[in-house]
Amino acid sequence: MMRTSFAALIIASCILMRAFVKPSPLHTLEMDTLLTSEGDSQRTQYPYVTGTSVIGIKYKDGILMAADMGGSYGSTIRYKSVERIKQVGKHSLIGASGEISDFQEILKYLDELILHDNMWDDGNSLGPKEVHSYLTRVMYNRRNKFDPLWNSLVIGGVKNGHKYLGSVSMIGVNFEDDHIATGFGNHLARPLLREEWREDLSFEEGVKLLEKCMRNLLYRDRSAVNKIQIAKITEEGLTVSQPYSLKTFWIFSAFQNPTVGAEGSW
Amino acid sequence: MFRNQYDTDVTTWSPAGRLFQVEYAMEAVKQGSAAIGLRSKTHAVLACVNKANSELSSHQRKIFKVDDHIGVAIAGLTADGRVLSRYMRSECINYGYTYESPLPIGRLVVQLADKAQVCTQRSWKRPYGVGLLVAGLDESGAHLYYNCPSGNYFEYQAFAIGSRSQAAKTYLERKFENFPDSSRDDLIKDALFAIRETLQGEKLTSSVCTVSVVGVGEAFNILGQKTVQALINEFEISGEEAPATVSAAEEAAGGDAAAADQGGAAAEEEAAPMDI
Repeated sequence: MMRTSFAALIIASCILMRAFVKPSPLHTLEMDTLLTSEGDSQRTQYPYVTGTSVIGIKYKDGILMAADMGGSYGSTIRYKSVERIKQVGKHSLIGASGEISDFQEILKYLDELILHDNMWDDGNSLGPKEVHSYLTRVMYNRRNKFDPLWNSLVIGGVKNGHKYLGSVSMIGVNFEDDHIATGFGNHLARPLLREEWREDLSFEEGVKLLEKCMRNLLYRDRSAVNKIQIAKITEEGLTVSQPYSLKTFWIFSAFQNPTVGAEGSW
Repeated sequence: MFRNQYDTDVTTWSPAGRLFQVEYAMEAVKQGSAAIGLRSKTHAVLACVNKANSELSSHQRKIFKVDDHIGVAIAGLTADGRVLSRYMRSECINYGYTYESPLPIGRLVVQLADKAQVCTQRSWKRPYGVGLLVAGLDESGAHLYYNCPSGNYFEYQAFAIGSRSQAAKTYLERKFENFPDSSRDDLIKDALFAIRETLQGEKLTSSVCTVSVVGVGEAFNILGQKTVQALINEFEISGEEAPATVSAAEEAAGGDAAAADQGGAAAEEEAAPMDI
């Protein structure tokens, strides 16, 4: 009697021991380290310092691109002199919204790309189409590794008389169009562009159209700042304007007595 | 050149500062059947002589399309040439995939030359035994390059390689000053004349030669046998009396792959083995 119960006790304790000592065969400790490489997690990140919309349009002589100079840290507008439009080689411009540090990384890749292209010194050069295609490959490959560069990019330029304007997103979605916008610009600027864009816009008309879109974004996008740059690229070359502010209008009657219809509100 | 004690390894210099194995590799090119190339500002033409081993076999492919804008003609060890053509096609496709744009020919030939140079500096390799005439386009127009087994490359207005190429070169040297502004059809005519020079008396028909063109607005293509024969008749390039070699190899039209076992190895003998 005593012996069988003692035996049962030993068997029970063996079973309990096994439960604590060995993990289940379906999930080992080794598998956890395989999913993350070297400890730092390569899963989806979060953006920290972000830029808001970029807008680009084709006009008669080339491409115009506009972006504000804000770098937001969540809901704080932390940096107000971030240049979000940059030159790439002789023929292209790149504008970026999204994580600013990832944009800086992209600029490093592009710098190396253009350097090697220039080192050939053979009369051939990478144009906006090639840069756009290259960036699409980069963005898509990063997306496949679950380690995206958190940006929406606008690439524009002119080469051999051909105007080119395209966009790449953080997951590698890419396309070309006559007018491009990222982020909130898609919702607030593109409807205006669809109405008012024409093939043969002059430079002044193009700038006015972009300013109209940027003003709209300034009113309605909380991460917009009133300090914008407009960049122009043509066959001859590229200029990025000095930063300037847009005039805004706030004297709406509804703002005069805001609580007229609802006492106690603000 | 004669055998000497410095010619066994590609990595052995001679006292005179020569690499004999590399020079021997260039000899292999001279044994192959002729290939010629010429270009204008907008077009480039490659043509080569194909002779079949026997009436029963087809002749070897010596002209390859590398991409829509680049083609190559080879002379020498055709097997080496095929391998290098595959490399070139691969490079063009990869560039096109990343940049959605054609690889400029000037950059392709440099990559090819660097690849050939590696084989001249490794003791466990041998130089490629094939010379390549690469014709194609880049931003500045049409170009013709010659890639050597030594790893050198040169740009040419017109050039000829392979056996009896000197006759073609003499012809081209007389005419080359007109080439930059030649029309596409005149360029082809000159190519056929140059090929005729290398045949040295044999009748030029479309079954002994292959002609290909690439140009601005024209993708690289190999002209069909009928087209070439029509051009030969039109320009009356047939030349002198026709000896035995009026090939009954009509079935060898297009000259596709499946070259019968053309002995790639031994480079001795008077009848050059690659002269097929």
